Parts: sequence; C-alpha cells; structure tokens
Amino acid sequence: MPDVQSLVNDFVNQLKTRKIEGSQATAKQTAEFLRSVISQQRVPHTNQAAALINAVRDVGEQLIAANPVELAVGNIVRRVLHIIREEDHSLTTAAVAGLGLTAASDDENDVDRDDHPVLSAAVVAAAARSTLRPPSLQTLLEDMPDSTAIPPPSSSGGESEGKSRSVDKGSIGRKLKHDVIEAVNELIQDIATCYDQIAEQAVEHIHQNEVILTLGSSKTVLEFLCAAKEKKRSFKVIVSEGAPRYQGHLLAKELAARGLQTTLITDSAIFAMISRVNMVIVGAHAVMANGGVIAPVGLNMVALAAQRHAVPFVVLAGSHKLCPLYPHNPEVLLNELRSPSELLDFGEFSDCMDSASGAGSLHVVNPTFDYVPPKFVSLFITDTGGHNPSYMYKLIADYYSADDLVVKRRALTGN
Amino acid sequence: MGAPKKSAVRVSEDTDELVRVPLQAILLADSFTTKFRPITLQRPKVLLPLLNVPMINYTLMWLESAGVEEVFVFCCAHSKQVISYLEKTQWLSQPNFTVTTIESHNCVSAGDALRIIYERNVIHGDFVLISGDTISNMSLTAALREHKERKKKDSNAVMTMVIKRSKPNPAIRQSRLGTDELFMAIDPDTKQLLYYEDKADNSKAILHLEKSLLADNPSLSLHHDKQLMGYKIFVHEIHSDYAARIDNFRSYDTVSKDIIHRWTYPLVPDVMNFGNTATKLERQGMYRASEISQSQSAVIGPFTSIGFGTKIGNNTKISSSVVGEGCKIGSNVYIEGCYIWDNVTIEDGCKLRNAVVCDGVTMKSGAVLEPGVILSFKVVVGQGFVVPCYSKVSLLQQPVEEDSDEELEYADSTSAITSKVDTSDEEVASQVLDTHLHSASQLGVGGVGYIWSKCEGGHEEEWRHSVAPIPADKISEAMKIMEDELELTYDGSILPPSGELKPDCNDSEDDDNEDSRDDSYFEKEVEATFLRAEQENIQEGHLILEVNSLKLSYNKVAADCAGAVFYALMKYALDTPHSSADSLMQNVKDILRKWKNVLRPYLTDIDDQIEVILKFEEMCSESAKAFAPLFTSILHFMYEEDIVEEDAILNWDDEKKDADDSDKVFVKQAQGLIQWLRNASEEDDDEEE
Repeated sequence: MPDVQSLVNDFVNQLKTRKIEGSQATAKQTAEFLRSVISQQRVPHTNQAAALINAVRDVGEQLIAANPVELAVGNIVRRVLHIIREEDHSLTTAAVAGLGLTAASDDENDVDRDDHPVLSAAVVAAAARSTLRPPSLQTLLEDMPDSTAIPPPSSSGGESEGKSRSVDKGSIGRKLKHDVIEAVNELIQDIATCYDQIAEQAVEHIHQNEVILTLGSSKTVLEFLCAAKEKKRSFKVIVSEGAPRYQGHLLAKELAARGLQTTLITDSAIFAMISRVNMVIVGAHAVMANGGVIAPVGLNMVALAAQRHAVPFVVLAGSHKLCPLYPHNPEVLLNELRSPSELLDFGEFSDCMDSASGAGSLHVVNPTFDYVPPKFVSLFITDTGGHNPSYMYKLIADYYSADDLVVKRRALTGN
Repeated sequence: MGAPKKSAVRVSEDTDELVRVPLQAILLADSFTTKFRPITLQRPKVLLPLLNVPMINYTLMWLESAGVEEVFVFCCAHSKQVISYLEKTQWLSQPNFTVTTIESHNCVSAGDALRIIYERNVIHGDFVLISGDTISNMSLTAALREHKERKKKDSNAVMTMVIKRSKPNPAIRQSRLGTDELFMAIDPDTKQLLYYEDKADNSKAILHLEKSLLADNPSLSLHHDKQLMGYKIFVHEIHSDYAARIDNFRSYDTVSKDIIHRWTYPLVPDVMNFGNTATKLERQGMYRASEISQSQSAVIGPFTSIGFGTKIGNNTKISSSVVGEGCKIGSNVYIEGCYIWDNVTIEDGCKLRNAVVCDGVTMKSGAVLEPGVILSFKVVVGQGFVVPCYSKVSLLQQPVEEDSDEELEYADSTSAITSKVDTSDEEVASQVLDTHLHSASQLGVGGVGYIWSKCEGGHEEEWRHSVAPIPADKISEAMKIMEDELELTYDGSILPPSGELKPDCNDSEDDDNEDSRDDSYFEKEVEATFLRAEQENIQEGHLILEVNSLKLSYNKVAADCAGAVFYALMKYALDTPHSSADSLMQNVKDILRKWKNVLRPYLTDIDDQIEVILKFEEMCSESAKAFAPLFTSILHFMYEEDIVEEDAILNWDDEKKDADDSDKVFVKQAQGLIQWLRNASEEDDDEEE
C-alpha cells in the first residue's frame, strides 16, 4: 500500500527531525497514526488478528527506528499490538461462549479461557484504569501473569459484557477491526486525559504548608501542583531551572501566574535547598520495567539529594511512559546528545574549539536525559494511582503482552 | 538583468495576501566553482559524502524541517547523477515535500540558474535560495516573518540574506573555513545591507561573516552594489543556530567536525539515519554503523565515524576520521584526521594523515599520504609510495586550460549515470595502465593516477584550502598581517567609497591598472550595447537592463554608467553624418531626446550629473573636439531636458574654481549660462522670500 507507506515516511521523518517532541505528544500522535494504519489495513477473512499485528508491527518497527530515544513510540506500538491481541482474544472467547462450544476454540494461547470465558481482558484493564484505583493486593497475588502474559480478568466489568456478547459470530472479521479502533480511541483518550487523572490524586499527596521541589518543566507536574492549589492547599514550590534548556523558568512563571508561591533556584543550589523540602515531585521521560526513570538531565542529582536528606522522591508519569524494556547501559543507549549550542553560542569559545589547527581540545557535550535508578524513587504516580518502583513490572504486564517485547526484537534482527 | 522577473513575481505576490502559497525553495546543486577539483570532475559536489551521507541530503532535510514545501533542485554539471541519486532516495516521494529537478547545461553562474528557473514560471512568491552545500539547523520562521513585514512596509525590500557572524579572530576564521573574507556594512537599526564586498584580504570590516548563506526572496544572487537597482537588501543574522557552507576542502573538514560534535543537531548521523543502516553514537563521539568487523587490537579514537560493513585489521589506529561504507583497512594502519569514502582498500602498514580518499581507492601496503592529499576516485597508490603534501591525484589528467574545464565537466555529465561513470573510469584506468607501461609511474610501482600540478594560486592557496591543519608558522604569519591591517583600520575609520576600497597591500598598482582597463572595457561595452539598441530598435527598458547587468558585472556605480551611457550617446551623435555644427547640434538634440530615459535612472544624484558634465567636458577637450564650440548650447539643452539640474551645473562650476586655467576653458565658455542660472535661482529665492 503505497498510500500508507508515504504516510509512514512522513511520520518517520517528523520523528527523525525531532519535530514531535515530548513523550505525551509523541504518544498521542503515534496512537493516532497507528489508528489510521489499522483503519486502512485490509483484513483477510481468516486470521485477521495476525494480519493487523503484522501491519502494525511493520510500521511500528520503522517508527521506533526513527527515534529510538523516544520510548513513547515503542510503548504505544506495543500497546496497540497488545490491544489487537486482547480484542481478538475476547472476540474469540465471546463467540465461543456464545455458541457454548467451550472446547472448540482454535486459539492455542487461550489458556485462561475456561476460567474466564466471557470477558475481554482489555475491557477489564480499561475498567480498572477508569476506576483510578490500583488493583488490590489480593488481586495482584492471584493474577500472576502466565506465559502468554495476558492478565486474566478478576472481576466482572459489567458494562462491556453485553457488548462482547452481542457479537454476531459471522461478523467477527469486521468486528475485530472495529473493536481495535475503538480500543485505540480509548487509548488516545487515556493519553489525552492522563494529566487530569494524575492531577486528581494531588490532594492525597500534597499537604498543607509543605515545600515541594521540582526541576525543569513538565506539564504533568504543573497540572498536579495546580490541582492541589485549586483544592485550597497552600504550599510552596521551589523550581530548579533545569539547565541548559531552562524550562524551569517557564514553569516558575506559570506557577506564579496561577498564584502559587514559587522560588526559582539554579540546579547547583539543589543540595542547599533540599533540607527544607518536604517532597520532590518531578516528571519523567520514560519509566523502565525495573522502575528506573529516564528523566531530563539533572534529575539524578535531585534524586541523590533527596535520598541523602530522606525526602520522598515522587515521579509523575502517564501510563504511556511506562516502557516494558529494561535499561541496559541507559546513560548511553537511551540518551540523546543535543546540540552544544544550547550550552554556548557557536563561536564563543572558538579559540579552544578550533580542532583544525590542532590547538583546541574543548568538546561540549549536552546529554538530554538522566537515568535515575529505582532505588531513589519513593513513589510513582500514574493515571492508575500511586505505585512502588518494584511494582512497575506488574503494571507493565497489564499493558503489554510479553510476545510483543520479544517479537519486535526478532523482527528487527530479522531485517 | 532580472527586473522583469522581479516585477512579475512581485505582482503575483500581491495576491499572496489572500491565497496561501506553499513556501518554495531553489536549491542550486552546482556551486559554479572549481574548488573541489579533481573530485568534481567525476561527481557533483552536492553528492560528495559528508559523514557518509551526500551533502544534498543535509540541505534537503533542513529545508524540509524548516517548513519548505516545494523544492526545485537546479542541476547543472553532472545533472544526470544528481537526478538519478534523487530518484533512488525517498526525496521524490515525500507527501508534503515535493522535490522537482530542473536541468540545464549552459549555466555558469547562480544568476543564469535563476533566470532559467524564472523562465520555467514555477516560482509563485517568496522563495528560499540555497546552495546544495549548506549545512544548517536554523529556523527560518523568524527570518521569513521579518522579511514579510519589511516588504509590507517597503516594497523595495526584495531580499533578505541570512548570515552568521563568524569568529572574531581572523586567524581562526581562516583556519576554520579557508574562505576569503567578506565585508558587509549593515545598518544596525533597519538591518539594511549597505555594502557588500567579498574581496580577498579586505579586513576593514565592521562585521565578519562566515558566509552569505541564502537569500530568500525574488531576487538575483548577490552583487557588489549599495542598492540593487534601487531595491534594498536586508540581512537577518542568526546567533545560536548553526549554519555553514562547504566550499572548499578546509570547510569540508571543519563542517564534518562540527557535525561530529553535534552542532548541527538534529542533522547528525545517529539521528538522521539516512538509508537503512542505523548509526549509533557511542561514548566519546564515536559513530558506528552496524556490521563493522573490527579487530580486538584495533584502536578507534574519539570523534570518529565508521560506516556500514567496514573491516578493520589488527593494531590499526583511527582517530578523528570518517570512514565510509564497505572499506577494508588492513593491519598496522595509522589514520588520523582523514575522510575516507566508500569501498576503499587500505593495505597493511599504510599511514594517512589529513587526507581525503574517494570511493574505490586502493592503497598498496606501506603507502603514505602526507597531510592535505586528495585522492580522487579509484586511484591506486603503489607499494610504499609517499604521496607528497597537498597533492591532488586523479585518474583524469589535469585540464590544460581553464576554458576547457567547463566542457570537461559537462562532457562526462552527458554520459554520467553513476554506473556509466564507473565503466568509463575503468576504461580510463586501463588506458592509464597502458601509459604506465611506457612512462615512469607517478604513483610508485603499480600505482594508477596522475598527480595534478599545483593550481595557479601556488602553495599559498594550497595550505589555505586543504583539509590539513594550517602549519603553525602560517597561522602566526596570518595573525600578524591581520593585526597590521586592524591597526590600519583604526587609523582610517571612515569608510571609503566603493571604488577606492582596496587592500592596503603592495599589489595595489596592479589593481589600479586593472581598474582603468575595466573602465575602458566597460565604456566600450556600454557603447556597443547602445549602438545595438539603436540599430535593432530595442526598447529603452531592455537597454537599461543590459546596462545594469554590465554595471553589475564590472562592479560599477551609477555615476560610471551615467558617464558611459552619455559618452555612447554623444559618440553616436558625432558619428551620425552631419554637415555643419548646426546639424551636429540637431543630432545631439534628437538623440538626447530619444534616449534621455535611458540616462535618467543613473542621474538621480547630483554627483552623477556632475559626472556627466565632467565626462562631456573631457570629451570636448579630448576625443570629440567637434563638440567644443557647442559645449554651452548642449549643456543648456541638457538643462532644459532635465538631464542635468541647475545645482549640478553650479556645483560643477564651484568645483572648477580652483582648477588650472586649462581646465577652465569650458567653464568660461559656459559662464553665460552659469550666470543666468545663478540669477534665476536668486530670483527664485527672492520670490520665495
């Protein structure tokens, strides 16, 4: 399909030239893009799920390669793959259940079929997400993921049951695509509203007269703080400027405009200020499977300072930032070196930078991200609630199927 | 030269306000220079790889990210290669970014190129003019906005040049880019470009500029003039963004290093990932593509880029270099500061320092490249042979004359699809092999290729433009000269008018000679043009255009043109058959009446008019004595026809007051007229009072 291919090229180019920036925007656009890919994909009569998965995977692979540092792309691709699997699964089960032929399923992966015959796992996951509560410990213990990593549903999500049941057996093919697009729409919706979902929890975490420290600028953090402010909490915010992009300046301005008492400090003053801080609240670029955080540069220093002074270090992250990969050598592989001109003007130190004459040996390095190991993080606040770093892998298992992690890699080396 | 074009484009621009026109760009895929010889004899400059990616990709990528939607790639030399390359890549199939190629084989300058593009009638509004060797990551929006606003206020503001201020230290600038200095005077408030000159060694500058990068607007390329036919050119200076042009080997080296140091982000190898090979950035600025086989004992230094599928042998050391795809590098090889392109074979024990090695070169074991060497395509360097400093080696023989160069470049462009070049290369190679059987090889035993003799500039130029670092003594020398000149600048801080702006070197005499020769050429050209116009009944507008283009090409000011045109008119009047002084006078009157509109554009200033009077005076006393008796009456006629104003005549009189008597002949003759004018003006004053 040349049409899709040119769309893909266009999107890949935008990712390559770093025109889409910020994980939220990237996630949203990736999801919307994949939705259009799916809707344009023609599905054969048999094995529709596989066809869709292959199409999404092909495109996803290119997207991931276009900007490997922006993990949100990969996350969304895997989320969509997961959605397809789930919907396929639920349709099959629904059809099977509707016919009452429990044993006739041809889906070999469907191990849990007998236990949970009617429910779409995706629907349950969505329901769990929408209730804004993490599953209870009880459910966690019961729901250890099996080999297919499809989290079995534990409770009955009534509202979608009828919908699943109403599936006519003959229209499964058309239905699958339709359902997948619906679910992707839901995903896009989730991404769009993740700020609100996270911000709703603000009052539970920010208390009266506290001092909050943050670094750089994050929309999530801004909304979070403002939500607490709206609930009549009075607290102070210390904003560290976040060199070299100095987005902290913008955040401080915005916070002050919204009536929060704000103090702006340099990054190097963090250790000096940390002792009077009650809580550190920061945004993240990505959250890895081990609970480590890829975050704007400078955050590791903040985390160290917080650890030293036993200040809680809270990371706000929408679920699209949860990455199912483990960080191997994150400082290098998951980092991006931006232009040195953010640090100093080209030509300012020309005498030392002149490599041609052999005299100069000044090199300017401008990494974008820091890696904060999980042991420094006290709490993650996602749109589904607060979580411990050690719980991340479980959350990830909810959103992604283990197949996709591995399959993607195989596909990459295969090419 | 381009006036109709401009007006046409401007007319269509008026409607732009209503309809949104996609931003267009013209990319000149030809630099119209010969700095990259001998490499450019076989491949166009825009396809030379910069960190393993042809330059044109950087430019296109930047245009695309700057929001340009339509690009016209103008191909000249090796056009087939450029077109077939673009077809191979994805550029022609982008949804929101159309790339169209325009081919032409008889262009010798950017101006020619623009005229051809104008004739195609594809440009609909403001456009970006950029050369295919520009590397930048700047954002165009600010420059475009400024340009649009300025044009709303002043329709004469036709062009905005985007410039970047270069290093304050002249020696560093020299060592970085190796280009001649540029001199610009810019009004700090309005950002209008008042003066532009790119003579070499001219350091009396207010601003030092790395390059005139690109001009966005309907206009021609740059000219040495205060105002381009009354149009104003403005500049937009960029600060933190990166922008540079590659126009010689030194800037090739510098820009490559800047890319490795990521100044051009996001135009860096690991982000662009052009083609299918993913490049990864590792610690210390090492860019490595996939499938590199490297020996355990090989040492790859920092700030190095290694291409896809390259093999590196034992104990080889590579530092600050770029190695292309599919190269085979043997054991115990030492490579420092080199640019090695694709499929190069370097056998054991070679040493390469600061060299450029093109595709398919073979270096037999133990060969040595000294700093500044350029090896063109498929050259073979013999065993143990030492290629001396700054030599350029090619399979093609050095073109004998400058004139034949163009043809050479075009000649093989006709047969120049890449594969074809290869075959022809092989033929050449075999021929060369044959000749080597007879003559002593220029490149040692088994070597293939010709060493080009030094170009006209001699050694002086070589060190300036080569990839090798500039020797320390040269730098200190250059520094000293710069300092001296800087001192001079402070002495004479007033800017001399353009004609007198000459370097303070001892070669000023030559310049003067050249200048006067220029003058007479210019006058002759103008005269010939005028005669042709008269005979072929060419319209005034076209004649003015022709004279303007002559003015630009000879770098003259309006006063020169006024003088020359006037001279041509009078000469014509004199040459027209006449019986008596009266009929001569009649001739003059007819001709002046007919052609005064041609003269007028150059006579806006009093000084220009004085120039005409002086010219006339000179004619009367020297070349055309027949006019001498008629001096006053012609002057009076010119006054009546508004060719010269009374102020001009009076100023001329004032100027002549202190002159010798011999110079005053005509002033005296015209005394009556002058007196009359003086009285008239006094009366005017009285009336006004």
